[in-house]
Amino acid sequence: MSEVQISACPACVAGPAANDVAHARDVRDTRFVLSLPAIYCAACISGVERELTKQPGVRAARVNLTLKRAQIEADEDVSVDDLVSALTQAGYEAYELDAGAISATETDRRGRAILTRIAVSGFAMMNVMLLSVAVWSGASDATRDMFHWISAAIALPAIAYAGQPFFGSAFTALKAKRLNMDVPISLAILLAGGMSLYETFESGAHAYFDAALSLTFFLLAGRYLDYRTRSVARSAAEELAALEVPRVTLADGRVISITEVEKGALIRVVPGARVPVDGIVMEGASEVDRSWLTGESLPALAEVDTIVSAGEVNLTGPLVVKVTAAGADSSLHRMADLVAMAETSRNRYTSLADRAARIYAPAVHLLALGAFIGWMIATGGDVRHALNVAVAVLIITCPCALGLAVPAVTTAASGRLFRAGMLIKSSTALERLAEVDTVVFDKTGTLTEGRPELSNLADIPPRARGVAMALASGSAHPLSSALFAATRAADVIPAKLTDIREVPGQGIEARCDGISVRLGRAGWLNAVAKAQTATYLKIGDEAPLAFTFVDHLRDGAAEAVAALKRQGKDVVLLSGDTAAAVADIAHRVGISAWDADCLPEGKALRVAELTRSGRKVLMVGDGLNDTAALAAAHVSISPASALEATRVVSDMVLLGKSLAPLGEATRVSISATRRIKENFAIAAGYNMIAIPIALAGFATPLAAALAMSLSSITVSLNALRLRGKS
Amino acid sequence: MNVLVYLIPISLLLGGIGLVAFFWSLRSRQYDDPEGDARRILTGDYDDHPKE
Repeated sequence: MSEVQISACPACVAGPAANDVAHARDVRDTRFVLSLPAIYCAACISGVERELTKQPGVRAARVNLTLKRAQIEADEDVSVDDLVSALTQAGYEAYELDAGAISATETDRRGRAILTRIAVSGFAMMNVMLLSVAVWSGASDATRDMFHWISAAIALPAIAYAGQPFFGSAFTALKAKRLNMDVPISLAILLAGGMSLYETFESGAHAYFDAALSLTFFLLAGRYLDYRTRSVARSAAEELAALEVPRVTLADGRVISITEVEKGALIRVVPGARVPVDGIVMEGASEVDRSWLTGESLPALAEVDTIVSAGEVNLTGPLVVKVTAAGADSSLHRMADLVAMAETSRNRYTSLADRAARIYAPAVHLLALGAFIGWMIATGGDVRHALNVAVAVLIITCPCALGLAVPAVTTAASGRLFRAGMLIKSSTALERLAEVDTVVFDKTGTLTEGRPELSNLADIPPRARGVAMALASGSAHPLSSALFAATRAADVIPAKLTDIREVPGQGIEARCDGISVRLGRAGWLNAVAKAQTATYLKIGDEAPLAFTFVDHLRDGAAEAVAALKRQGKDVVLLSGDTAAAVADIAHRVGISAWDADCLPEGKALRVAELTRSGRKVLMVGDGLNDTAALAAAHVSISPASALEATRVVSDMVLLGKSLAPLGEATRVSISATRRIKENFAIAAGYNMIAIPIALAGFATPLAAALAMSLSSITVSLNALRLRGKS
Repeated sequence: MNVLVYLIPISLLLGGIGLVAFFWSLRSRQYDDPEGDARRILTGDYDDHPKE
């Protein structure tokens, strides 16, 4: 397929273009959903869509930049792997998502329902406001009564419809004999509406229809922001669950879902694939990468009768595995107890909003009740006047600004972090992240990419370099590819080899000028195995040469560590790998406190110890061996490449490959928490001025409308300051 | 003040039109991908044949 079309015949160019146009319609029947974490611009949208529609069998494709997803409608015979590899070749990172696991329609409907209510209350609020202006500016007698009646006709149905979320939530809270934020809200809205209706009947001067509506409107806006943040987090969690498309290839070639695999079944694991179940190798020989489970970077040998567990990655040869445990019984799920125990401690965290609500809700009710009783006594039993004052107090103190204070900030902060490549899954994660003073990193897969890099090419004699390069060129093993890449970069000329043969699980052998040469495991060449990751070369009868490898550092690892240290946080490295490998990485990223050979329980214990000594720990890890530690930490972050089980327990997920957003995340979280507190202070300040006025009975509907709008707008603007500053 | 008999229904009607227009935009999925739509308008790809 040619990328550039230069042709003398315009029709030849027009043909494919017309074809593109035919494809360029909306997706009606989605077959695949791809996650595209790296797209960010207009060129990416058209690039991805063009690349996808170019693939044979694809009928339509549409990119959603907000969700960073592509929906694809395609024929039955289109394989999603081809689409993913085509996109990857074109330079767009792409992963398949399980279309069934993403229930976009359901969440959409709820979001739309809130938006509709906002629209209705906004429409009613504007009209009633307009009518109220006339009353405020001095309409009296019959004119005022007529305006009040029209306002009532607009306001009451609008309140009945738009206020339902508050009424429902308040009702359930009261039924369970609890108080929540919605109880004072519902009470204020209902009392304001009812009182105003009564005043209208009696041709009174004050009607609070506009206040009841603007209250509903502003609070619904806060509710919607809150919902948006939650739904993004939820859809992210769904997306992460959907990343793991659970399919298993049986030995006879059938592909089935992992839930249907039975004990004793024979399954095939091709090189490069993750072992989906626990089992015993029945046929074949290979090496497996256990770094997910143990943190070891050195691949282990797998031959007949070797026990493999779910999560290991097969490297060189195909394996046939007899299933001993699948799904919920497999070792992937064995850590669940450990995790569940650690989780409970974190659930005790109370968010700032909850703490504020706990003080606020009873205080408001007592104040309004106090005002009512006080005025009853002062006026000698004038129920109408006392009720009027009590309603004014309820309306003025109503948590308009409080309802917006937290959602506005979290929306701004999580939007900013999402753009930086970070997803927040838990609603209190930002607040907890702001308190962190110690950061614990895992090594393999977190600070490093788990991708080896040749480290001692300079020590290898030139002849051996050529032989090693030629041997490595024929293998897909990660060490071979790394060796080949390093030698090619150093302009080594490969030696001429004959009779090349790959011995699965051991290495490669060949003949060079009549001498037998071998590249592979230490045991196979009778070499002394080194402590660090290495492969060995034996030329004829010469002593074996070791090629040592170090793990390739993840992008942004050093920057992230430096940024965290600059912010005055202690940085610790805990790894299950050998001391030599851990020391090397710790030195390269600049961490002085490190620990090697940690068992999963050991990591969790270290985190718990730090917590007991008063530290707030941020744990960054990706492996199954980190899961318990992630759950035990005050807040946890894992990269998107981590196992599902790991991502589930972490509070935030790094979407891209780089670790660099970590430094920004802690900074944003601190300023977000500061903004939330500022917002509470602003809301409290307004109340401090307004409550005495309301208690004294001087509050008019105009004053209530002004106070409410002003405090809500100030709070929202204060939250928006988070977006801009970098 | 008799003019109010016309003015109030007119203001309600105008507001109502706005409300209906908002419902229409909600239903025609104009809030599904706000960021993407904001960028799409900058590319020349759909100048001749807008994506449905």
